[in-house]
Amino acid sequence: MKSLILSALLALSATPVLACETFTLGDLTIEHAWSRATIGADRPGVFYVEITNNGSTDDALIGIATPAAGMPMLHETVVTDGIASMPHAMSILVPAGQTVEMAPGGYHGMLMGLTATLAEGDIFPVTLTFQNAGEVVVNVEVLSLRAEGPDCDDAN
Amino acid sequence: MRRRQLILGLGGASAALAFTLGLGWWQSRNRVQSPAALLPLPIGEMDFALTNHRGEPVRPADWIGRPTMAFFGFTWCPDVCPTTLSEISGWLEQLGPDADRLNTVFITVDPERDTQQVLADYLANFDPRITGLTGPLAEVERAVAGFRARIEKVPRDGDYTMDHTAGVFLFRADGRFASIIDYHEDRRFALPKIRRVLT
Repeated sequence: MKSLILSALLALSATPVLACETFTLGDLTIEHAWSRATIGADRPGVFYVEITNNGSTDDALIGIATPAAGMPMLHETVVTDGIASMPHAMSILVPAGQTVEMAPGGYHGMLMGLTATLAEGDIFPVTLTFQNAGEVVVNVEVLSLRAEGPDCDDAN
Repeated sequence: MRRRQLILGLGGASAALAFTLGLGWWQSRNRVQSPAALLPLPIGEMDFALTNHRGEPVRPADWIGRPTMAFFGFTWCPDVCPTTLSEISGWLEQLGPDADRLNTVFITVDPERDTQQVLADYLANFDPRITGLTGPLAEVERAVAGFRARIEKVPRDGDYTMDHTAGVFLFRADGRFASIIDYHEDRRFALPKIRRVLT
C-alpha cells in the first residue's frame, strides 16, 4: 500500500524541480521541500523545508507524517563545544512575519524506518501539522546525497 | 552540653570542608575533562591501526609526507555527515589537482554499522579522493583520543545515534596540527585554511 502511494507519486515526477513548488495553508507558505537520496532503507532519511508565517500570530510545526517512513520525527542538529548531537525537537516555532528554514546543520525531519530506499528523483508526500494552522501535505523531492538544497530561481 | 556543641561544631566544620573539597574536585574535574583546551597530537605521535574502504591497512605514520584533512562521522547520520562530506567534496573540486596531494580521511565513529563495504558504497557518492576508515571500536577510540576528539553512543528510540566532534582537522605534511574548520564557521575561511597546509 505504501509502495503504491510512492509509485503513484513517482508517476507524477515528470514535473520538473518539484522541490520548488509552493504550498499554502492559511497564513503559512511552505516551499523548498526536499530530501536526500539514501543508500538502502536501513539508514534514516532526512527532510528539509522552508516555512514562512505571513500572519500576525505565531505558529509552530508540531509534527510530521509520511508514508515513506514508519517513524518520522523532528530533530535539531546542535553543535556544542565542537560536538554535534541531534536532540529531538518537540516543536519548531514559526514566529509571525518570519521564515523558518529546516536546512542542513539545523532543524530537520529525521525519517526513521524508511519503507523504501529514497532514490534521487523520487517524490514522496509529507504531512506537516501546525499548532494553529492545522495540516498540509507537501510533495518532497529526493535530491542527490550530495545536494545542499534545491536549485530554485527564487532560492535565496 | 558543651560536648554536644563541640560535636555539632566539628560536624559543621567537616561538612563545610567536605563541601569545599567536593566543589574543588567538581571544578577541577570539569576542567580536566574539557577537551577544547587540548590540541590534537601531531600525527607522528598518534597510534591506531584502521582499514580503509578499499580494504588496505592504515596507520597514522602512513600520512606523514602529505598534508592531512580528517574528520569524524558515520553513515547513519542523516544531516551533519552528508553535509560535511558534500562540502569537503566541493572544496576538493575547487582546489582541483592541488587537492591530489591532500590526504583526506573520513573516520567512522560507528564501526559497528560502518563496515568497509558500507563505507565504500557511501563514499561512492562523494569526491573519490576521500578515504573512509573503519576498524575495531578500540582502534577508532585510539584515533579519537589522538585527535582529542570526542564520541558518545546515545540510545535513541530503540536504536542509537552517535554524538561526535564535527570539525574538520588540518595537519601539515610533517604531521603537525595546523587548524580546525569548525562546523559553524563561515565557509569562506575553509579554502584558505586548506591552502595553508598545502604550501
